Amino acid sequence: MTDLDAFRQETRDWLEENCPPAMRTPMKQEGDQCWGGRNFQFSSDDQRIWLERMAARGWTAPDWPREYGGGGLSQAEHKILREEMARIRARPPLSSFGVWMIGPAILKFGSESLKRQHLPAIVRGEIRWCQGYSEPGAGSDLAGLQTRAEDHDDHFVVNGQKIWTSYADQADWMFCLVRTDPDARKQLGISLVLFDMTTPGVSTRPIKLISGNSPFCETFLDDVRVEKDQVVGEINQGWTIAKYLLTHEREMIGGMGRTAAGQQTLPDFAVDSVGLENGRLADGLLRAEVARWAIDAKAFELTAERVLDEAKAGQGVGHTSAMLKYYGTELNKRRQELMIALRGSDGLVWEGEASHHGALPRMWLRSKGNSIEGGTSEIQLNVIARNILALQ
Amino acid sequence: MAALVLNEEQNMLRDAAQRFFRENAPVSQLRGLRDTRDETGFSTELWHNMAQMGFAGTLISEDFGGSGFGHVGMGQLFEQAGRNLSASPLFSSSVLAAATLSLAGSDEQKRAMLPAIASGNLIVTLAIDEKARHQPWSINTTAQNLDGGFVINGHKCSVVDGHVADKLIVAARTSIGSQDSDGISLFVIDPGTDGVRVERTIMADSRNAARITLDHVRVDDDALLGELNQAHPVVESVLNAGNAQLAAELLGLSLEAFERTVSFLQERKQFGVVIGSFQALQHRAAHMFSELELVKSVVLKALVALDEGAPDASALVSLAKAKACEVAELVTNEMIQMHGGMGMTDEFDAGLFIKRARVVQQLLGDYRYHADRFALLHGF
Repeated sequence: MTDLDAFRQETRDWLEENCPPAMRTPMKQEGDQCWGGRNFQFSSDDQRIWLERMAARGWTAPDWPREYGGGGLSQAEHKILREEMARIRARPPLSSFGVWMIGPAILKFGSESLKRQHLPAIVRGEIRWCQGYSEPGAGSDLAGLQTRAEDHDDHFVVNGQKIWTSYADQADWMFCLVRTDPDARKQLGISLVLFDMTTPGVSTRPIKLISGNSPFCETFLDDVRVEKDQVVGEINQGWTIAKYLLTHEREMIGGMGRTAAGQQTLPDFAVDSVGLENGRLADGLLRAEVARWAIDAKAFELTAERVLDEAKAGQGVGHTSAMLKYYGTELNKRRQELMIALRGSDGLVWEGEASHHGALPRMWLRSKGNSIEGGTSEIQLNVIARNILALQ
Repeated sequence: MAALVLNEEQNMLRDAAQRFFRENAPVSQLRGLRDTRDETGFSTELWHNMAQMGFAGTLISEDFGGSGFGHVGMGQLFEQAGRNLSASPLFSSSVLAAATLSLAGSDEQKRAMLPAIASGNLIVTLAIDEKARHQPWSINTTAQNLDGGFVINGHKCSVVDGHVADKLIVAARTSIGSQDSDGISLFVIDPGTDGVRVERTIMADSRNAARITLDHVRVDDDALLGELNQAHPVVESVLNAGNAQLAAELLGLSLEAFERTVSFLQERKQFGVVIGSFQALQHRAAHMFSELELVKSVVLKALVALDEGAPDASALVSLAKAKACEVAELVTNEMIQMHGGMGMTDEFDAGLFIKRARVVQQLLGDYRYHADRFALLHGF
């Protein structure tokens, strides 16, 4: 048996023993997703226990170094962990912008003290992060941001407004792009700073969306004091990190095209919804559309795998994050649209226990934002055309 | 599962194939064969050179004179042949026939034919289809057991390179009253046998797919290839091998068509600027780029699955062929549209690309056939 085979066996045994049965069922509603943080209300003991057990092994951030609380797994081991979790349909123990975004940026660009201060708390799910990027006047043209940070020797004073801040009203800390040099060319005067959301001068207002939910907020920053040791990387060099994070974000949002662990596949959902006739989905036109989606989804999943394999082998063209973001989000929108169609009028029930308070149509409407947030599909296509195809 | 990257040996084969097809079988060669109404439909000198390079024996094991480089190895050849629209019997003889003989042949049959296929001296092809739209189990050709042999009657179509094949492998129904994929057997037939009529059909891509009529064709018992009535799993595997290579050919063809189109967008000026500066064209090009990235992944995955004998190989092959067909159709259509009037001229190569694409798409099942098969294999 190779080391990896042994790792797989150990992982399988450990998951079998430690993943509560309730955490191996598909997630049905918003509260089933565990975000952690000071304000988070666990929806069940099982949800809390699952987070604690995984966090204790560092498996909420499997590939981070052990010294910062991570799992210290190699890429191959991480892949095995993902496969073994998918095998038992385990829910992700933690959904976290800390793990997905700011953590990797701190690991790559942050000082040693920032790493020690922030990373372990992210792994344990104790601090929930939000992202202060977009502004009312800076959407697709992100580098046009106007929130300014004035230099007061040992600290900055930040003033401005952010928008589309995911879960700002529930988050504990923000990573925020601010303009630290108003005279520099637009990309050159930006810094990435971190601050606690309870700092005086920070206030949030949820934005109600077409889904009826309010996952995003406006965030107002009035004379907010930010210590200088909370700058990630160099002052005025934040755009480099912002681009790195955007790449991460694109890959993450693009990942939505894939069927996540604990999620029913679209073909299974389709069979549940309209049934089979002689081994084929009972509705011929829906079947053709579901098949087209399933083909594209599998091809997309294999592409994500190939891009990783090529990166490991030192091959690959780069810039693939724009392609993954574009394709993955368009796929997810198609999936949601098909799910509504497959359920017919039941798919549009908005209120009531039986429909989990309209979980399906709300998710469908939420998906419309996938191809807007983190850079619109049109921006991704621009990036591909310009950076890969040299069309300009 | 192996990683989705080529290993060193496969990379070397890819590089060799890239050089070889570019230098020895460029698009202009196909144009020449078409314009001279070449009787063979491919360059026999090219085929000889391909055999010298070892290409013809890629899927054949070393025991029978091949290189045993497998499906991933063969895929590298098809991708490059696709880029150059190179015509040769590589598909009919070295994929379909070689795979059938390797799977079903007796030791004697293998020794008689596989080394000769690998050396390029023997061209063998496979006759399955009887319908214009691929339906491999819709077989009405019959083979009746009659005093120490068989009498075969029926019609076949879409027999690739049938007009120049030295041997035909024919699928026929041997069990009276059997249906669908049951009761099918394979026979090796010499096209010179009494009652065999081979009609060359020149296709839109200037290549060949013969119609074959079998009228009371008598063969001996030893013409039987594999077990009586049990051809189904063999044919299924052979069609998988064939479709994976056709997907690889479509990938190469699509990549070449796309790259030529992008180059044109970078150079062609209208309104005083290059047309590649127009966002309406940029976004369509970027979309095609994304789709092609998906095709690269599914083609490699299918080839790897075949080499590893993966249990889900059939589904992965249908995935690869379906996606490759869909994207080849998109890219070749856009190639013409984006080249404007020039794309409509025979002098320009766009027409050759779109014609070859459509023929390969139909061969052994198009997008719709494979989407249906993919869905069935996934329980819907």
